[in-house]
Amino acid sequence: MEYYLQVFISGLVVGSIYSLVALGFVIIYKATKVVNFAQGELLMLGAYVCFSLTVEYGLPFPAAFLLTLCFSLVLGLTVERLALRPLIGQPIISVVMVTIGLSSVLKSVVQFVWGTQIRVFPQVLPVVPITIGGLPVAPVYIVAFALSLALFVAFSAFFKYSRTGIAMRATAYDQAAAASMGISIKRIFAMSWCIAAVVSAIGGVILGNINGINSQLGYLGLKVFPAVILGGLDSMLGAALGGLIIGILENVCDGLAKDILGLDGFRDVAAFVVLVIVLMIKPHGLFGTHEIERV
Amino acid sequence: MQDKCGLFFCSYRAESALFPSGFQRACLAAFLLALVIIPLGINSYYVSILCLMNIAVIGAVSLNLLTGLCGQISLGHGAFFGVGAYTAGILAAKGVPFLLVLPASGAVAAMAGMAFGLPSLRLKGIYLAIASLAAQLILEYVFLHWESMTGGSNGLMLMAPEIFGLKFDSDIKMFYLTLGVAALTVLAVSNITRTRPGRAFVAIRDHYLSAEIVGVNLFAGKLQAFGLSSFLAGVGGCLWAHYTNFITPEQFNIGLSINYLAMIIIGGLGSVLGAIFGAVFLTVLPEALNAVAALAGQMLGGDPTASLAALKGGVFGLVLTLFLIFEPDGLAQRWRMAKAYWKLYPFAH
Repeated sequence: MEYYLQVFISGLVVGSIYSLVALGFVIIYKATKVVNFAQGELLMLGAYVCFSLTVEYGLPFPAAFLLTLCFSLVLGLTVERLALRPLIGQPIISVVMVTIGLSSVLKSVVQFVWGTQIRVFPQVLPVVPITIGGLPVAPVYIVAFALSLALFVAFSAFFKYSRTGIAMRATAYDQAAAASMGISIKRIFAMSWCIAAVVSAIGGVILGNINGINSQLGYLGLKVFPAVILGGLDSMLGAALGGLIIGILENVCDGLAKDILGLDGFRDVAAFVVLVIVLMIKPHGLFGTHEIERV
Repeated sequence: MQDKCGLFFCSYRAESALFPSGFQRACLAAFLLALVIIPLGINSYYVSILCLMNIAVIGAVSLNLLTGLCGQISLGHGAFFGVGAYTAGILAAKGVPFLLVLPASGAVAAMAGMAFGLPSLRLKGIYLAIASLAAQLILEYVFLHWESMTGGSNGLMLMAPEIFGLKFDSDIKMFYLTLGVAALTVLAVSNITRTRPGRAFVAIRDHYLSAEIVGVNLFAGKLQAFGLSSFLAGVGGCLWAHYTNFITPEQFNIGLSINYLAMIIIGGLGSVLGAIFGAVFLTVLPEALNAVAALAGQMLGGDPTASLAALKGGVFGLVLTLFLIFEPDGLAQRWRMAKAYWKLYPFAH
């Protein structure tokens, strides 16, 4: 039983990182209706930049972290301006493929600059585990969880109360109406990519602190799909919960599959099996909006 | 040359003919003849690339049927291709003759495709794309972990295929085999687009509600598209398995699915000719990069192999992105424009 509690907690931590990436994904989808397959690569690039700044240039961690966020801001802007803006109004498949192309380019940039071997972040947080309910938990896990929670609350408030946040929601709802109210659609699109890139970079840095980084980190971006589908593509609360649920499910199913069926490596597909089942039952996810279509 | 100012049809039959003019038929015959003769005179490295092209054409044309014609985005085509390859591997090991293995691989792949196509009735657009992504990853897992059948990460060995005692054990023989199957596939898909189901696919893609109202059975149509497309992909996979003689799960990963999608995008969605162009283009691209990297290595003296993989990925992404931004209708559209330009040259008005 204690084993499963341990598995549950590590699932919660991995889940909170999924939540962060899913949050970035949902922000882009909410504002621009673009499904971003390059979310994992944005995360990976952020992690590598932070790694370079701390290890290769010897900057103190907080400074490196802030610089990484600035870099991600610029990255988000560039990507939106160069790749996504020309495709406004194109069919879904074009937009999906352009983000896939983008992920391929970003991955090759990382391989060129940093190579493919695993890199280890310097220890920023104390390594002595803290005991919670009789179980030892590494501090970095607690920080990861707290940070995800804080970001989720901050962005929920941002979308609910700030002018820009409301403008973004308006754009998502009806672009023409939003534009006629004086909202600059282009600025909203650019901003949503900036925010998503920054949030992903934060996720990348946390993940780097836990596991180290390598050029396969981008595959995490695929893991986000079960999370956002479970929550519904356009719901922030759904993304946050979906991420946590997928994180826990993955770890628990992995443990169960190993114990009962003797299957190895079930972790990687557990989330997708759940995804197929959810889509069969509720095609718009748990919290997504139903579209009503008229001829 | 009498039909240069336009073609005038007196019946629907004539209008929907695959090759309305004698000139087109002559060109096609010349092209096929060239395809048959050329491999005899070039070295086997180039023949092997031509073989890969044929197999890629089968994969791309079949995905084009599903995604280009019927509008169902599939990120799982590589896995269905893999199902065909593994079926071929397993059956061939049991001593089943190649002529039976080929359709059987297609049939098993079609069943897998239809099973994962089932959710397509309720899902569309991006939700369906993600469901097909799930199919890809689940099938990949099965390839890797059903070790008693697939050999897991050790892979499966195959012998060269044999038809009526004729062994296809060299690149050039495999080329003629793959060329034959590819030509049949292209002919079949071109003909499907002219039938009622083919027109129903296009109607489902363009507006599914209207299609349903005019009497197209959406569920049957989508399932047919999934089945046909996966069948052809399975046939392609069977040829691939027999050509490489060795299959492992990582040959059929998400990268392959993306590659096929990129082929039909670069070629031009919905066009059979475009799918062929895209398949040829994306098969040649990595080989061309190899050649360029080898040349650069000679001139600069460094070892380029380390960054070659990264370079390939980057160029692939870049080409895909540039095509989407600057030529969304793909190579097929370029081809049409080139033809239109030369048609009346130099007297274009």
